Amino acid sequence: MTRQHVSVTVNGEVREADVEPRLLLVHLLRDVFGLTGTHVGCDTSNCGACTVHVNGMSAKSCTMLAVQADGAEIRTIEGMASGATLHPLQQGFWDQHGLQCGFCTPGMIMQSAWLLARNPDPSEDEIRDGISGNLCRCTGYVNIVKAIQQAAAELRAAEAAPDASGTPAAAS
Amino acid sequence: MIPAAVDYVRPADLGEALRILKEREGEAKVLSGGYSLLPLLKLRLAQPAILVDLQAIGGLDGISRTDDDIRIGGRATHRRILEDEGLAAVLPIMRDAAGGIGDPQIRNWGTIGGSVAHADPSADWPAVLQAVRASIVLRSADGERVVPARGFFIDTFQTGIEPAEMLTEIRIPLPAPKSGSAYQKLERRAGDFSTVGAAALLTLGADGRIAEVGVGLTAVADAPFAATHAEDALRGARPGDELFREAAAAASRQSRPADDAHGPAEYKRAMVTEMTFRALRAALGRALA
Amino acid sequence: MTAETELQTTPEVGGMGHSKKRKEDPRFIRGQGEYIEDVVLPNMVWMDIVRSPYAHAKIKSIDASEALAMPGVLAVITGKDLEKAGLHWMPTLAGDKQMVLPVDTVMYQAQEVAAVVAETRYQAADAIQAVYVDYEPLPVLLDPFEAMQPDAQVLRPDRGPDKQNNHIWHWESGDRAATDAALAASDKVVPIDVYIPRIHVASIETCGCIADFDPVRGHLDFHVTSQAPHVYRTVISLVSGVPESNIRVKTHDIGGGFGGKVPVYPGYVCAIVASLTLGRPVKWIEDRSENLQADSFARDYHVHAELGLTDDGTITGLRVKTLADHGYSDAAADPSAFPAGLFNVITGSYQMPQAFVEVDGAYTNKPPGGVAYRCSFRVTEAVQTIEQLVDLAAREVGMDPAAFRMKNFIRKDQFPYHTPTGWDYDSGDYHAALQKALDMIGYDDLRKEQAEKRARGELMGIGISSFTEIVGAGPSHTFDLIGIKMFDSAEIRVHPTGSAIIRIGVQTQGQGHETTFAQIVAEELGIPMDKVKVEYGDTDTAPYGLGTYASRSTPTAGAAASVASRKIREKARLIAAHLLEAAPDDLEWTNGKFTVKGSPDRSKTIAEIAFAAYTNHPQGMEAGLEATDYYDPPNLTFPFGSYICVVDIDKATGQVKVRRFVAVDDCGNIINPMIVDGQIHGGLTMGFAPALYESITYDELGNNQAGTFMDYLIPTAVETPRWELEKTITPSPHHPIGAKGVGESATVGAPPAIVNAVVDALSHLGVRTIDIPMTPQKIWAILHEKGVA
Repeated sequence: MTRQHVSVTVNGEVREADVEPRLLLVHLLRDVFGLTGTHVGCDTSNCGACTVHVNGMSAKSCTMLAVQADGAEIRTIEGMASGATLHPLQQGFWDQHGLQCGFCTPGMIMQSAWLLARNPDPSEDEIRDGISGNLCRCTGYVNIVKAIQQAAAELRAAEAAPDASGTPAAAS
Repeated sequence: MIPAAVDYVRPADLGEALRILKEREGEAKVLSGGYSLLPLLKLRLAQPAILVDLQAIGGLDGISRTDDDIRIGGRATHRRILEDEGLAAVLPIMRDAAGGIGDPQIRNWGTIGGSVAHADPSADWPAVLQAVRASIVLRSADGERVVPARGFFIDTFQTGIEPAEMLTEIRIPLPAPKSGSAYQKLERRAGDFSTVGAAALLTLGADGRIAEVGVGLTAVADAPFAATHAEDALRGARPGDELFREAAAAASRQSRPADDAHGPAEYKRAMVTEMTFRALRAALGRALA
Repeated sequence: MTAETELQTTPEVGGMGHSKKRKEDPRFIRGQGEYIEDVVLPNMVWMDIVRSPYAHAKIKSIDASEALAMPGVLAVITGKDLEKAGLHWMPTLAGDKQMVLPVDTVMYQAQEVAAVVAETRYQAADAIQAVYVDYEPLPVLLDPFEAMQPDAQVLRPDRGPDKQNNHIWHWESGDRAATDAALAASDKVVPIDVYIPRIHVASIETCGCIADFDPVRGHLDFHVTSQAPHVYRTVISLVSGVPESNIRVKTHDIGGGFGGKVPVYPGYVCAIVASLTLGRPVKWIEDRSENLQADSFARDYHVHAELGLTDDGTITGLRVKTLADHGYSDAAADPSAFPAGLFNVITGSYQMPQAFVEVDGAYTNKPPGGVAYRCSFRVTEAVQTIEQLVDLAAREVGMDPAAFRMKNFIRKDQFPYHTPTGWDYDSGDYHAALQKALDMIGYDDLRKEQAEKRARGELMGIGISSFTEIVGAGPSHTFDLIGIKMFDSAEIRVHPTGSAIIRIGVQTQGQGHETTFAQIVAEELGIPMDKVKVEYGDTDTAPYGLGTYASRSTPTAGAAASVASRKIREKARLIAAHLLEAAPDDLEWTNGKFTVKGSPDRSKTIAEIAFAAYTNHPQGMEAGLEATDYYDPPNLTFPFGSYICVVDIDKATGQVKVRRFVAVDDCGNIINPMIVDGQIHGGLTMGFAPALYESITYDELGNNQAGTFMDYLIPTAVETPRWELEKTITPSPHHPIGAKGVGESATVGAPPAIVNAVVDALSHLGVRTIDIPMTPQKIWAILHEKGVA
């Protein structure tokens, strides 16, 4: 099969590659671009470990072809922190012990970021529903919920006081 | 799980897409959101020669309203349907169903047209569209045809779409005043396919009796179907729990579930009764609201 | 009131009892963890595996010619190829053997049949479809009871002439005659049958490896998702003949283990053979279906148990007979002397005058196993049985299940308690833990609510589980894996500027060792935990250890870390005495420094002592400040707890909703309360999961019915209950820091609480027991049969 040219903006940077059309987006990110923070857990779009943002929408990158993402803006876990400053969700997961083995964590953080972008003040039920496409085997979700709540509060506070120093970028 | 080799094309307009479907008839597969198709490709249960990605084609993902009907583009995502306030106001069943499909990421990308064309026997939209008596717009290079949702779902993964056709739009008649609709899904766990899904649309007449009714069921036959025996029991009758129980039992008798991991057929038949009853009750509540 | 471990250090030092944030997290939250699939080596190629569609079949022929002609394909390895080198079978940890690749017969659906190596993973995936295997299907044997019949087909004719049957082993524990007599003399004998189904650990990361053999150096680097890297190194050396000095096993970050990453899988051996053949690094990452269909399973125990009672509700004895379904090979990861693991801890938390336990292992046409599923060697099976049986017994003598437990619990003053199956429980206060749980949940009010609801026809149930765990394998007089004693190790070096490195023989898969082991060193030496680097998972540098499973890290390597620290402290005392010009015995160790007794201004901190150890050590003393300890635990540790669960049942659909779940745990002294709570949250969820959702079943042809996450139902955040935790603290008397281990307690303790709650909700209908998973269809069928639904 002919290879096709793919150009995507990943975490703000234009990346290009010639790929087989069947190449999965997750393999473009991991194997071609070396962004191994995005993981594969189930292959059947159940576990959400491969969650990234494509044009601002959370997507399971194991269930999307790289060529489908041609021209898209992609954000991965590697694009969440700005330098030494963690994204509030990253900070929340650390502070609240929202991870153990860490394998589901990047997908969980990316899905949470999408959730908070659309619903800055979610209830616990809304958080749990919002991450229902992301499986965690270690934490029992308790501290993940707390981590998202912490980040939501911080992001809302930052929104309310946009001039405060060290304001984190809004999740999107 | 790795897909087999395949070609990919992203046509810029509908005409080009339909031309490719005609030229590569039988070996091309339409790619919409991908959440039904990609798993099949990865399991190598489907090995088309070429994928025709619709994402660049404008005008296929909107939700609009005419004097007679609601028109939902085939590429409208479950998310878009879920969050459309106007649609939820007239057809709350659409929000019920969209909110229970897959998980948040799947709802972001999966489309109603993709789900309907894929025709999983446990999918939610086919039951809903039969309950609300939707029509399905099919386009090909040779023209357009509009077919009723009832009769469209022939068998497991089989619909009335011809190989060179594409599903472009769903049309749902605007419910009459004093109508209510609801979808009830029984699932083993969040994000699961339905064990049983029951869709109901009720329209009350001036006399308070049921003037028109639609009931659709999924996951309890080789293909989702309209529970016509239940509808016959309901039409013209005065709504109430007793009637709903009888009608739900009729729906159960019309179902043909299989034993599988979701449960034995006997359980599913009982659940058809329960979910149909709950859907009718919820629909009535909304009709009276 | 929360029980807390008394703090001996400041938060800055961060010793025991401090909820320090985890040191490993910065890389994980940035997506910079390094899991096996992230590792890319120069010149690396990919392996994929051809698997059997049949559960039992003869292999008539394998034609790989088309695959070998495909682009990028480098090799196809079959059982016949391996047979030439004697590598077609390999030993299991349980003393059985299993096929690496079959020469003539496949024994379960999805068994490895051939390995294909290609330049890319996509090419390898294409090529496995072009390997044509001609099978002749054979009758499948799936039921272990059928397998034990004398006329059953013999699945493993390779065993000796005296073993031409499907009976793997018989194991028993306790006094049969005395137990028979005790039960015969009882007023009442309450029987129960419990089937604990086959489940899968399903860590979110699957298993994988990279075998990297360098033919020039004759050296094998084996990168792998292993919970026990040193054991792997020894096994690989024994199987391959490569000297152990030329093998390095490296684990990287591991995305969850739960027991599933203890066994050596056939794919690993295939990758090693491929690398030995090709002289290139060979990577194999299994996909989820391979993981669920072929990796070691857990449980699959058919238990029949009887509890003897007096009329006043006093337990007199326990008799247990169990059939264990091991699939076609016993690939359990149990200590050598324990083919049924520690299942004989089944006497539980109760004063048990007599007990007798027997277990038989059987072969069937299913994948080999079994491993633990976040459980210390078959303890979950034991706890579920005794806790269900105790509830049932209470009901049959007309007692409340809480009162029945309180009456029969081992009392605090009876520890150490010797059980009739031979264990010596180290410490416990079972009454306090249950009382705390009863108070937390408002037990009496719930019973009133239940009575009111039952009168209205609503179904609500309350279930208790008061479990005793047994962890920390184990003492060398009893415990070994493939002959290697189950000690564990720590090696600590304090650097001149006062920071330190500790290397340990255990292997984190998310438990937080980089944090908790630093805290142990901080506790013992006063070095701030931030300045203690923790290393593991590289057999070239870490001291030999048996790895992490069965909640053994803290009881074994944690003790080693403590003892090694104390060895360092004793040397530090001599250096401090030298610096302070005082007699060693005149120094006392407080707050991270040695002080001359009675002269609080004359002291040396550990940092000052460390500097002196390299710059100004006493003449005649070795320079440096380091120590190693291989800790041989004198006993196991026995964590315990009481859990109470409240469920509501939808009569129409059979759906069970866990309304509340209170967990009071006692794991002895606590190193990091935040991490302990996290372990309990996760453990509870992995107890909840098989109680209501997860199981692996087979159709009549032996096809796995839960081969993807679409059907293997791991709970999401939506279903998972909002756990309510509390603690009591009863230190282990024999562990240096009084800790017991906690990683698996909740998985062991939770299922019977949920089962007992559901049975309690239905008990008035005559329901005595329900096998897990308690799916809606199963509950509905019961209600339907009873005329309720």
